[in-house]
Amino acid sequence: MSVISDFEQPNVTQSESRPLELPGPVGAVYNWLDDRLGIDAVIRPILVHPVPRSTNWFNVLGSATLTAFIFQVVTGVFLALVYVPAPNAAYQSLQWITDKSLFGHLIRGIHYWGASAMLLLIFAHTARVFLTGSYKYPRELNWLLGVGLLFSTILMGFTGQLLVWNQDSYWAIVVGAEQAARTPVIGPWLAQLLVAGQVVGGATLTHFFAIHVFIVPGLMFALIGGHLYLVIYQGISEWPEPSNIVDPKTYKQRYHELLEDGIPFFPDAMAKDALFALFAGVVVILLAVFFGGAPLGHKADPANYVTNPRPFWFLIWYFALLAEIPASVENIVIIGFPAVIMLWMLALPFYANKGERAPSKRPWAVGSVLIAALMTAVLCYEGYQSPWAPRFDANGNLLSVPTAVVSRLKGSQAKAGAQLFHSAGCIACHMVDNVGGIRGPALDDVFQQYSLPRFYQQVAAGGKGASYQYMPAFGTILDATKMAELAAFLKQVPRVERTVHNNALHAAKPARGPVAAGSTLTPLQRRVLNRCIAEGGAHLATCLIAGNRHP
Amino acid sequence: MPPIKGLFGDRISRELFLTGIIVGYGGIAGVVVGVPLVAYLLTPLFKPSPRLWRDVGAVSQFKIGTTTEVRYSDPSALRWAGTTSRAGAWLRRDSQSGFTAYSIYCTHLGCPVHWIQSTGLFLCPCHGSAFYSTGAVAAGPAELPLVKLPVRVRGGRVQIQTKPIPVIG
Repeated sequence: MSVISDFEQPNVTQSESRPLELPGPVGAVYNWLDDRLGIDAVIRPILVHPVPRSTNWFNVLGSATLTAFIFQVVTGVFLALVYVPAPNAAYQSLQWITDKSLFGHLIRGIHYWGASAMLLLIFAHTARVFLTGSYKYPRELNWLLGVGLLFSTILMGFTGQLLVWNQDSYWAIVVGAEQAARTPVIGPWLAQLLVAGQVVGGATLTHFFAIHVFIVPGLMFALIGGHLYLVIYQGISEWPEPSNIVDPKTYKQRYHELLEDGIPFFPDAMAKDALFALFAGVVVILLAVFFGGAPLGHKADPANYVTNPRPFWFLIWYFALLAEIPASVENIVIIGFPAVIMLWMLALPFYANKGERAPSKRPWAVGSVLIAALMTAVLCYEGYQSPWAPRFDANGNLLSVPTAVVSRLKGSQAKAGAQLFHSAGCIACHMVDNVGGIRGPALDDVFQQYSLPRFYQQVAAGGKGASYQYMPAFGTILDATKMAELAAFLKQVPRVERTVHNNALHAAKPARGPVAAGSTLTPLQRRVLNRCIAEGGAHLATCLIAGNRHP
Repeated sequence: MPPIKGLFGDRISRELFLTGIIVGYGGIAGVVVGVPLVAYLLTPLFKPSPRLWRDVGAVSQFKIGTTTEVRYSDPSALRWAGTTSRAGAWLRRDSQSGFTAYSIYCTHLGCPVHWIQSTGLFLCPCHGSAFYSTGAVAAGPAELPLVKLPVRVRGGRVQIQTKPIPVIG
């Protein structure tokens, strides 16, 4: 009797299916166990079942993901022995684990780097299965179980980040809830269920804890069980050859013939799995030893605004995407993008379960994976750069103009301008001497591009560039005297070799006449300013002063 | 197996009858346990955060024309909420008796906006939205002005009415 499907049964060679005969007392113990567990009847045939000779190093990604999962379960259980899932103690209990308990630093490290490894491995495994067409007949349902595991793993990564209960965790929940709230009709309800209330508070953390340690892992155990059962029942897919077309009528027969020349899973194929998993495990442990667990940062505190929230690395690309898309398509992207990916992954094995499997014959599959990888890489880079964000120093204060620049300034007007460039926050978005933000262009050569009136117009009325690159109107924040100081300063700033990626100055389009409604200007002020801008020329500064004085 | 008489005179097999019992009882048990479980999960939808007036300080401690950070305790906080029971807002004193309170949540995706007095702007650290002192959008990606919280003066004290996270509450 065997659980292996009938077409595979004859391939288990005679020597492998024969009962194991061990000498002496070992044999006696083995026979006693075999009589009760069915080792020879069920377990050994599964272990030594034949796999295609063409299995190779690309087939080790799934088992490595499973190894990472086991690492996560074990270290997670040990962390749960101490971790307190209550908002008034969670952060402190992690501090205790990290600093006081023996090897707590290492266990948190393994859990953190193991999570990263598991995410990387499951992405790679999914891409491999897609590229080699292994989701095609008869393995469609195993692809679906795999999709469930992929999304479960992403959910584990997201919820795991929240359990640290630091500022990043807190704001990740808020940002996640705000995205859920954009779902049509049921959005606000979804968001309230997500945070377990209308504010992030006492009930939120326990919800995410239960999701992270009971609900999703329980689901994953079930999915992994099904996934492994199907790998054994349908057999691992052979390496695709361009000539072999998948046809449900002939596939099983051909696969069956292939297995006649197969190799046993244990130990031949499994040796590669074991070696690769060992390699991945060593990398994870080394990273854990040297870098420890997820940085604890600052305790979650909604009343402490000096914070710069960023998601866990595997979502940084999505964070960048949300910053860079135009507002008009935001709702469509936030709801539509994950929905389309999920629906496509669920539909894939049903509309494309026949035909070519070889990557060389499926340019669209290869192309889409390459494009997705490239886009993700670019967005990750953008996410870490955050060119859209104003830049501050480590304490959240405005940066200062480098003293090398200030010391060379001539005249009190230019020095006042340098001070203003810092205090009015220009430096948060614009660089001088390679110091400052990169949301707007560097301004060391602004007067090679802009005339003085054009400069005043830009500062007073702001201007829209591409997507996020637009500038607030400083018309009421800075009067004409201050604008003249800024101009005097910027005229003296030396032109420097740019060391950092920067936006081109000419990319910023001037505001077209009317100052944006909704700025702090009164309608009358706005009219005066618009008239000044329309008249332009050398009188703009005087005009602005008049406009500011006589609203 | 001999068929048995059905309720309406139909004859159904013993196997079908037993299957019906298994599925039916299982279904009933599922509903009996499932309905309370789902309702339990939906608790947050039936327990809206109370909206209370919170004292944030004396009128005299706010200078006209300035925007200040104020803190108060969240009225829905559970006893074990720790620091997350704290809440905050930006309070601007517009005139002798005029106050405006702004929610800290950016209208783009909810990160906390930070008022920087010398620039006259609220800035969001996540995607870089900026708002004027009136709460109007100065730079995207946000499209909506900052949410205002009701504010009143009672007996020389400034009070703010609490509000949950704007888009979800």
